[in-house]
Amino acid sequence: MNDGIIRVEQLVKRFGAFTAVDGVSFDVKRGEIMGFLGPNGAGKSTIIRMLCGLLRPTSGRALVAGIDVARDPERVRGQIGYMSQKFSLYSDLTVIENLRFFGGIYGVKRSELGERIRFATEMAGLAGRETALVSTLAGGWKQRLALGCAILHRPPVLFLDEPTSGVDPVSRRRFWDLIHDMAADGVTILVSTHYMDEAEYANRIALISQGKLIALGSPDHLKHRALGGQLVLVEATRIAEALDTLPSRPGIIDVAPFGNALHVLVDDADRAARELPAWLAGHGIPGARVSRIEPSLEDTFVELVGHRAPVPLVSA
Amino acid sequence: MKLNRIRAIAVKEALQIWRDPRSLMIALAMPFMQMCLLGYGVSVDIKHIPVCVWDQQANQDSQDLLKRFQSSQYFQVVGAFDNARAVTAAIDDGRCRVALVIPPDFSARLGDSSRSAVQALIDATDDNTANIAIGYAQAIVSAYSADAWSEALSRRGVPALAQPVALESRVWFNEALESRNFIVPGIVAIVMALVGAQLTSLTISREWERGTMELLVSTPVTPLELMIGKLAPYFGVGMLDAFFCLGLAVFWFTVPFRGALSTLLFATALFLVVVLGIGYLLSVLIRSQLGASQIALLVTLLPTTMLSGYAFPIDQMPGVIQAITYLVHSRYYVTVLKAIFLKGAGVTEIAFPLAAMVVYAGLVTYLAARAFRKTVD
Repeated sequence: MNDGIIRVEQLVKRFGAFTAVDGVSFDVKRGEIMGFLGPNGAGKSTIIRMLCGLLRPTSGRALVAGIDVARDPERVRGQIGYMSQKFSLYSDLTVIENLRFFGGIYGVKRSELGERIRFATEMAGLAGRETALVSTLAGGWKQRLALGCAILHRPPVLFLDEPTSGVDPVSRRRFWDLIHDMAADGVTILVSTHYMDEAEYANRIALISQGKLIALGSPDHLKHRALGGQLVLVEATRIAEALDTLPSRPGIIDVAPFGNALHVLVDDADRAARELPAWLAGHGIPGARVSRIEPSLEDTFVELVGHRAPVPLVSA
Repeated sequence: MKLNRIRAIAVKEALQIWRDPRSLMIALAMPFMQMCLLGYGVSVDIKHIPVCVWDQQANQDSQDLLKRFQSSQYFQVVGAFDNARAVTAAIDDGRCRVALVIPPDFSARLGDSSRSAVQALIDATDDNTANIAIGYAQAIVSAYSADAWSEALSRRGVPALAQPVALESRVWFNEALESRNFIVPGIVAIVMALVGAQLTSLTISREWERGTMELLVSTPVTPLELMIGKLAPYFGVGMLDAFFCLGLAVFWFTVPFRGALSTLLFATALFLVVVLGIGYLLSVLIRSQLGASQIALLVTLLPTTMLSGYAFPIDQMPGVIQAITYLVHSRYYVTVLKAIFLKGAGVTEIAFPLAAMVVYAGLVTYLAARAFRKTVD
């Protein structure tokens, strides 16, 4: 028996002729934070919706807390908390009314509800604002309240679909602190984002592009091992010529434009930093500066997908 | 099924109704307006038909006849002319619907029944009114002529004769023969059918449009719990409206109420479940608020006004149409309302329409609960 609390095997979802999710498989361990990273439209939401039982998979299998989602969605729903990118609380109800409502439909015992609501309001920083209409709250508060509503029934698994989109950086940071606290309590969290920097807070990251899982691993693993080499930054005057010339040199794996410079993937960054300026000068491109850089997730993404994401990823 | 969840949904829905002025407007103002509009607007009584006269005789006898027209509540003399062209013009431009022409030798012919005649010209664009006008005019003229006959006889020393056959009529149930008494209970049914379906037609589509449905679907709530929880507060609002409409019928339109209040409330609650269920079903099937509310109006308004028998008697319809009326939910409630109001019917007399409503309510709620799928694709 595998200890994966979420198991996904060859999951496929087609909408007519369009394949939104194309044979995705992965496991998530108990208490792990798994980040889904990919551009909008890559299929992140579709996978999460299938795991929540909102969409029926075309084929493949998904187990959440040992329950087959397609076969017994109702039992799964009692085990999960779900929060979606579209803010989806009742904006014409107050904070406390929303909490009572979700407490009620998640079947939280009345004796526990008061304590759970207190916990959620404190966690969301909304203590003292219980009677405010949700429509009057700022984005960060709404989003923490949505999280509060999703965890009232202490679900062992939490699905967060782009929970921080449209929220200011300070609130995002605070939100991730909450996520880490919950993971420390043993809650398994699957969270999707298109913020590169945010994904690094996750224990493991699944890179998703055009419905396919293209890489899976810790942020470090993805940035170094999955990249397949080391990264140098090449700054030169005739950047377009350098882009054409560089791939011909042995030891260079890939070259990609990056602003006014080039990101060059090499087998040995230190050697490249020593030898490249002279080599480039010999090819009519004098005065190039070459420096080793720490790869970002975006470099990995670009390298693995073979091109830049069709919709740019945000590295705010 | 968990009571906790149903309660949570009902409370939430009630709060949303309270904070949504549009729902509240529909819920409270619409029944009042419709009751007044329909209660005053719809009347099949034909009274005060405008009459023009061309009295060529102009003496005691002709004035006597015209006075009978004038004093009847069915006719109202609106003009007198002295030539045929003016009379024709008055009918043409709609100033009068009936023109009475009294010949110059009216008095001379009076004693001679075979020859005396009064001409009535009738505008029959509205054939029903024309028919009724002819009937009333005939009745007035025959009464006049019977009186003239017996007067003539008594002048010759013959004692007044009793009529050989006289119709002794007793009017039951609607003694005053007021069409309002017949129609207003039916209007209550129309208003309830319209308002009920409108109320719930928005409830699911609103969740889709505001993006709250996705979250709701991800929770363990079942379709049946959702339906019961959502319908409960609207049932309360609907019963309030029903009290309001029935109260207006009894105290404002003074329709006689002869049945038992408990029977009325039972039937009303049953009908309310049917109409709320229809609105809910439409809301589940059509995911836009506007679409659902338009379709709800369409499917309730037309069949209810035309085929429920509230004003147009079902037994006068062609056989095929009569068969179709059995599919119209409000038909049963109209029947029940009229029977309870005017005849004071008890449960046994209206067992069939009540049973039909029970079946209807069961079917609609079953379909609505079935139609709701807990997926978003």
